[in-house]
Amino acid sequence: MRITLTSVLVDDQAKALRFYTDVLGFAKKTDIPLGEHRWLTVVSPDSPDGPELVLEPDEHPAARPFKDALVRDGIPFTSFAVDDVHAEFARLTARGVRFTQEPTSMGPVTTAVLDDTCGNLIQIAHQESAS
Amino acid sequence: VPDNLGCLPLVLVGSGSRRTYGRVPGARHRTARRSACAGILIRKRRLTYRSGVGDVFKALADPTRRTILDELAERNGQTLFELCSRLATKHQLGSSRQAISQHLAVLEDAGLVETRKEGRYKFHDFRTEPLENIAERWLEPRRREDS
Repeated sequence: MRITLTSVLVDDQAKALRFYTDVLGFAKKTDIPLGEHRWLTVVSPDSPDGPELVLEPDEHPAARPFKDALVRDGIPFTSFAVDDVHAEFARLTARGVRFTQEPTSMGPVTTAVLDDTCGNLIQIAHQESAS
Repeated sequence: VPDNLGCLPLVLVGSGSRRTYGRVPGARHRTARRSACAGILIRKRRLTYRSGVGDVFKALADPTRRTILDELAERNGQTLFELCSRLATKHQLGSSRQAISQHLAVLEDAGLVETRKEGRYKFHDFRTEPLENIAERWLEPRRREDS
């Protein structure tokens, strides 16, 4: 068994694609029209054959209350690995990204939390080098 | 160092153990305590101590709540998630999110923490006024005597 897909629930797929590619820097992998919505995935340019992130519509009535409750408590929907949280914070802040948590050392990891503009908070994290 | 720490937030999303819910020291009978301590305040102090100075001491009596204030003193304006993460990773305090939320309610009741809503986010700020009131009550008269 392998994990090839993971989802993030977005309020607008077109807006999400712009944010996740143009701002965060992922690359579009699959874009298949499916009626009103699309089967839309992005991958890390570092591993184009790695796990795909599905930008999935949040239309189910339970999805938005769930997302709102997480945002209110500052809880990220998911977490992405970066090389340097501080550098990403500087890069993304310069591009207008809103962070609800600035880079913070949390024991063995450094984390920060940003707003994906599609109704989710996303954590970025790097591990302190073992050296 | 385990290599799965990127999953940290999801662990916390699911960490809602209810065992400690409602058992946070000082979290109960807040209203009763407030009115009781208001009665013992001398009159000219009543406005200053509107939130009830007894509540401040109760709020500070708990080590987890003092740690919460330590972390807010380091950085104001934290979300509940950031506070829970800091307590878990820096202080090995694995309290449930509900328990931390209750601790924050006690601190807020004592006027030591203020919550601030900004759009869809909620941030917690450390308010030092109740501590300044304590200093004013006992330290200022001595300073005046000394000078």
